[in-house]
Amino acid sequence: MDIYKKSIAELSDLLNKKIISSLEMTNYFIKRINSFDRELNSFITVDEENAQKQAINADLLIAEKNNTLLTGIPIAHKDLFSTKDILTTCASKMLENYIPPFDATVVNKLDKLGMVKLGKTNMDEFAMGSSNESSYFGPVKNPWDLSKVPGGSSGGSASAVAARLAPIATGSDTGGSIRQPAAFCGLTGLKPTYGSVSRYGMIAYASSLDQGGPIGRSAEDCRILFDEIKGYDKNDPTSNHKVIQKKSNLKISKDDAKNITIGIPKEYFLKDLDKDISDSIFESIKTFEKIGFNFKDISLSNQNLAIPAYYIIASAEASSNLSRYDGIKFGHRCSEPKNLEDLYLRTRKEGFGTEVKKRIMIGAYALSSGYYDEYYMRALKIRRIIRDNFASALNQVDYIFAPTTPTVAFNIGEKTSDATEMYLSDIYTTPVNLSGLPAASIPIGFSNKLPIGMQIIGNYFSEHNILNIADLFQKETDWHLRIPENFNHE
Amino acid sequence: MSNWETIIGLEIHVQLLTKSKIFSSSSTSYGSSPNKQASYIDLGMPGTLPVLNKSVIKKAVEFGLAIGAKISKKSIFDRKNYFYPDLPKSYQISQLEFPIVEGGTITIVDEENVSKIINVTRAHLEEDAGKSIHSDKNDCTFIDLNRAGTPLLEIVSEPEMCSAFEAVQYMKKIHNIVTFLKISDGNMQEGSFRCDANVSVRKVGDRNLGTRTELKNINSFKFVEKAINYEVKRQIEILEEGGKITQETRLYDENNDVTKSMRSKEEANDYRYFPDPDLLPIEIDEAYILEIKKSLPELPEVKEKYYRSEYDLSDEQISILLSNQDYAKFIDEVIKQSKIEPKKIVNYFISSIYSKINKDNLLLSKNSFTAKDFCLVMDSINVGTLSKNNLKTVIEESWVSKESISIIIDKYSNSNEDSDLIDKLIKDVVNKNKKQVEEYKSGKTKILGFFVGQVLKDSKGSDPSQIKDKIIKELDAI
Repeated sequence: MDIYKKSIAELSDLLNKKIISSLEMTNYFIKRINSFDRELNSFITVDEENAQKQAINADLLIAEKNNTLLTGIPIAHKDLFSTKDILTTCASKMLENYIPPFDATVVNKLDKLGMVKLGKTNMDEFAMGSSNESSYFGPVKNPWDLSKVPGGSSGGSASAVAARLAPIATGSDTGGSIRQPAAFCGLTGLKPTYGSVSRYGMIAYASSLDQGGPIGRSAEDCRILFDEIKGYDKNDPTSNHKVIQKKSNLKISKDDAKNITIGIPKEYFLKDLDKDISDSIFESIKTFEKIGFNFKDISLSNQNLAIPAYYIIASAEASSNLSRYDGIKFGHRCSEPKNLEDLYLRTRKEGFGTEVKKRIMIGAYALSSGYYDEYYMRALKIRRIIRDNFASALNQVDYIFAPTTPTVAFNIGEKTSDATEMYLSDIYTTPVNLSGLPAASIPIGFSNKLPIGMQIIGNYFSEHNILNIADLFQKETDWHLRIPENFNHE
Repeated sequence: MSNWETIIGLEIHVQLLTKSKIFSSSSTSYGSSPNKQASYIDLGMPGTLPVLNKSVIKKAVEFGLAIGAKISKKSIFDRKNYFYPDLPKSYQISQLEFPIVEGGTITIVDEENVSKIINVTRAHLEEDAGKSIHSDKNDCTFIDLNRAGTPLLEIVSEPEMCSAFEAVQYMKKIHNIVTFLKISDGNMQEGSFRCDANVSVRKVGDRNLGTRTELKNINSFKFVEKAINYEVKRQIEILEEGGKITQETRLYDENNDVTKSMRSKEEANDYRYFPDPDLLPIEIDEAYILEIKKSLPELPEVKEKYYRSEYDLSDEQISILLSNQDYAKFIDEVIKQSKIEPKKIVNYFISSIYSKINKDNLLLSKNSFTAKDFCLVMDSINVGTLSKNNLKTVIEESWVSKESISIIIDKYSNSNEDSDLIDKLIKDVVNKNKKQVEEYKSGKTKILGFFVGQVLKDSKGSDPSQIKDKIIKELDAI
């Protein structure tokens, strides 16, 4: 039946028609995880027993016709979403044994619909990284080429969905952590508008940038999941009332395309960008033009300032957010501390990995007295400039297309010794986070058998339209249906 | 000593009277067993987020308006980062650059009974930390996070007080305002009202401030006075011997009446303040400020003047009425409705209602007793149907009884039977004492006391003034 190839709508149809039960579907994907994930390392925790319990419960809901489209569908959660009674490590030694006493709002919403949690996916430690190499539980491999990184920080979610070990997964995007791995793994990923999805229960990296979202095989699958996780949450004061609460229908049809203008910012197509990626984007634009969309060259200046501003702001917030891991209340504690200072120093020295420590130090430095204005305040100014530049661009055009990454997936180990090189792989994604806008990455081709991703950036709370535009493209193309050869079998 | 002058600034931490904490729904009540009132948010569990308790905004605005301060249209929460075991997130949410209240003044009287204005710099909202309980016996430290996240208003004064006496006056004034407005319960033993004092001395005529020390966490008026006096003496002694003051934080040791060094400026933390990205700015519009302004009762300071000049109340009476907004409100209402002289009303109130509240630790607001009810009780005494001696009994009963006040008054009124008896007694006495009646008729009104005494002999417990009235009536009718 090739169940692994199916979309959410198709899987739901199989469940409704009782061709397969949720329990059978769950066991099917668990079997895939067991046979394929030794190579990929995309899961940190697989909770078979809990998944089966949830599946049995979902089957009851389906039998009682109390189900929705997502009832009984398996999902994988990035290991920074708190799951009650299930290990939530953030891929850190610090939280190696941490079992949350409550669920993240995103998890809770999907549990209530009867989705089945297969497990928790690997990631960069505390979501800090662009290659999934900073995980305490080892690097994740890219299913398209096991010598390549899957991208990060939601590398486990992307790798798992790309190998079809799960139909869909959650991720989080602080500087590109959904879009970049989606691009590297040939998937569709959505970074919602800041405030669209509750951050409650998501272990924080950089609070003003973090945003949860879906990583799936198609824009349509992502839309279905996004519809259920979005919305104001009283437990998250930064979640926004403006998010459309009602279920969306596809709003943009082929007929609307002629009224829509898409901007191509020239600053995103300079020498940093791999030629194959640039070529693929212009090739895909032809398809969009055929559908009816209009294109216009635009300018988005100061984008080069985004990376330094991003690393200052994100690290500053992280240095404070991660201070709670002090060995007193939860998480790792060093053995036999001599005194309080020794407890703090050794606990944090042992519990955090190199990348995390690096960012805590950068952040603490940027906030320290005497340097605050020079670094943190300046970064905030740049953030405003970048936001204003986007605002004026989005006055001229309705959406912006841009590459997701400057290169396709790179080799494992290739950039670990050069932080600047690694940080620059987020060059096209961080401006979107700094401005709080929504953006999706969709697969548009291949370079040396590795997937290429393209971003669709829209105005605040235009997630649905972004996914509609992607969906129109995916109806004309099959890039999103390609599956890595080694995993394209039962 | 006289060529030195003292400069004092105070930071007062007021615990706001709210049911739940500033960023979580945990209870703020005092005295429950350790860590029973600490939620996931208070514990700083990964993934939790602070959610602002809106009632703290109202309290801060009330305080700001009460001292004539500027209410910020937009104020911002910042994180103050430092590691301490009883600080669960390793940062305290506070307000640095944009506090909710700016400016304002407090008027005190100094030692010479001269009015002096002390400027308030600012007042900002913040969360309290937990408590560390060090135990030598067990060689460890216990952490209780019940207090973590309790809402505080930190009120910072300009360095404008010149003596411990002034500092205490200022502190008492603030205490009076926050308790009267129910912003805080002001309970100093439980730490709801505590202060840090910044103290420095300089030569008279010197324009620059001397190096200051900060006396931390003092929780009584008496200790503030003692700690400052000790510190001033200590600083002057050092300077007179040619020494220098070290800028440092000191603790007052109440057992030995000394201050002791806690940490020097060099050891002080760099708190790495920055705006808390988890919380939106507090935005307050003019309409909200106006609404609060309207609901704000007259301030104790204004009331005090009025009570003294218009009602001729004593200091003690005034201080009782102003110890709680409810008392003042109640009395004002009674005075408005009653024809009885205000000073007399206040006496009745203090001897009955207030003494009951005080004795049994009750709340006036918990009784359904109205100003009108109290007027009825006083009127009954005035016309003689109720004996003064029964005032307390009626009030006591009103606290527990579900009956209306008139039924309770009736219950303790001089019954008709009693009244008939007294009438009969009066007639008898008048008939038997013709000579004394003659004397009365000739203008010797002093003789009335004789008649009252005769009647009282056989009707113990009756109200003499009531009997007197009746006797006059009887005699006049002859």
